Amino acid sequence: MSQMPRPDTTELRAKYPGVFERPASARLAMPAMIVGALAIFIYGLVDLDFSPTKLITGMSQLGWITMMMIPPNPGSSFPLYMQALGETLSIALLGTTLAALLALPVSLLAARNIIASNLIRFPVRRFLDSIRGVDTLIWALVWINVVGLGPFAGVLAIMVSDFGAFGKLFSEAIEAADRKQVEGIRASGGNALHEIRFGLLPQVLPVIAGQVLYFIESNTRSATIIGIVGAGGIGLQLAEQIRVLEWQKVSFLILMILIAVAAIDFISSKLRFAIIGQRAVV
Amino acid sequence: MATAISILPAQQLATLNDAYRKAVARKRLKATVAAAVFCAALFIAALGADVNLHTFFTYFGNFLSYFDRILTLDSGARVWTDPVEWFWGLKKWLRLLGETLLISYVGTLTGAVFAFALNFFAAQNTAPGPWVRFIVRRLLEFARTVPGIVFALIFVIAFGLGPMAGVLAIAIHTTGALGKLFAEIVENADMKPVEGIRSTGASWLSCMRFAILPQVSAGYASYALLRFEINVREASVMGFVGAGGIGQELVVAIRKFYYSDVSAILVTIIVTVFIIDISTGWLRGRLFGKETRR
Repeated sequence: MSQMPRPDTTELRAKYPGVFERPASARLAMPAMIVGALAIFIYGLVDLDFSPTKLITGMSQLGWITMMMIPPNPGSSFPLYMQALGETLSIALLGTTLAALLALPVSLLAARNIIASNLIRFPVRRFLDSIRGVDTLIWALVWINVVGLGPFAGVLAIMVSDFGAFGKLFSEAIEAADRKQVEGIRASGGNALHEIRFGLLPQVLPVIAGQVLYFIESNTRSATIIGIVGAGGIGLQLAEQIRVLEWQKVSFLILMILIAVAAIDFISSKLRFAIIGQRAVV
Repeated sequence: MATAISILPAQQLATLNDAYRKAVARKRLKATVAAAVFCAALFIAALGADVNLHTFFTYFGNFLSYFDRILTLDSGARVWTDPVEWFWGLKKWLRLLGETLLISYVGTLTGAVFAFALNFFAAQNTAPGPWVRFIVRRLLEFARTVPGIVFALIFVIAFGLGPMAGVLAIAIHTTGALGKLFAEIVENADMKPVEGIRSTGASWLSCMRFAILPQVSAGYASYALLRFEINVREASVMGFVGAGGIGQELVVAIRKFYYSDVSAILVTIIVTVFIIDISTGWLRGRLFGKETRR
């Protein structure tokens, strides 16, 4: 083994001062950021009433609750829960479909390559943005005020909040479409509607279908939580059982939700690949 | 320079047309069957979800007039004519919004630390053993699939009403979501530095610290910031179940029909979410340059 010759660092130092002696501001930036982040964290812990005793008693409570959850047991309400789960899946499917149908025409208005004028596009986009800024749960509360408690309010809540998301996603898909096919239709004498129908839709429909399927999947999750505020489905049962401390039923319901979500995940990813091929866009 | 378009002989044309029609007919049949199945599913769903078009059309006017009502003050004037009256509780709401932001900040940071600790065990190329990986993955999946608000409902009972339950619920959900994303970044990392460091006789821990971490830390920070954005929205509804923040105030205003309060609180929430979105987007661009801005 031969010793490696030691490089002459003095010369290198003289040559590249920036590498060996970084300015103080660059060296201090990282520690300063970490200290700042920690300071806010500690302030947050104090302000939000964190205390070790609360944490420990809470943890022991949680441990006790977990013990009570085992084994999961629906008691005699299994048929009721299955019905509630069906309701949840219905809410997700129906809400997403309605949202997609409503969003398709609006997304055309928000796409740069269809509507060139900023005057229409800008307000449409801001409108969609503010709909998305409001959480699904809030929409559910609003619709409960309008059509009363029950799953129908859930369908409408999912419809409205997804309308905002779909409008944005669809318009992005339309903007990403290839110009050339539209130009081909125009060259052969098609009018504006023909251009959309034969030049644009064949390109964007598979992308849109993929996105809708993905949203049905993620809305199965949203549909479970809007029940908590009274908009039907399995979330309603779950919130009720938590309030009356029936922990075995709670764990059974959570298990049902997990299995349902996994099943929907599986089915929709299969369908998505069938529709858009292996190049998963979403 | 008119050139005649040459037309194929009739016989050849007929076979081609035939083949085309057959291909189209098969496609159309497929699409029709798929549409029929979908419509049947929708119909069953409509029955399951108690959809009542009669109720819908009777009350749809209520939905529109709801927005009319939340934009009207008690005195009957429009809200924007008297902003002071509209935002009468601004001081209280801003304090609660601050609490909401703190909940999401503390929750995100805690979740990110746990996700950081767990993700090396969940990634295929760095996990010490297949069993560890399987268990950690299932754990993260569980934390991610159960909605945050369900955790909040349970924690409110265990830890008492208040922001602590909200923080813990967000922390758990964030651990699940970030743990998966972090593990994916690690799986995409270059393994050659690891080989280099292992060849010097370093332990597993040193391999992670000196070979993987320098490659992935920028991606981690970027995802954590994105998650913070999402968690601000999530924290704004945690109050619905008593887990702190502005949600409590909003749910009271909606349930008790304090119309102008509803619109005022919604406006403050939307503006806050906008500001957070823009500033984290700016921060991500600033910190990590263009390559991580997706």
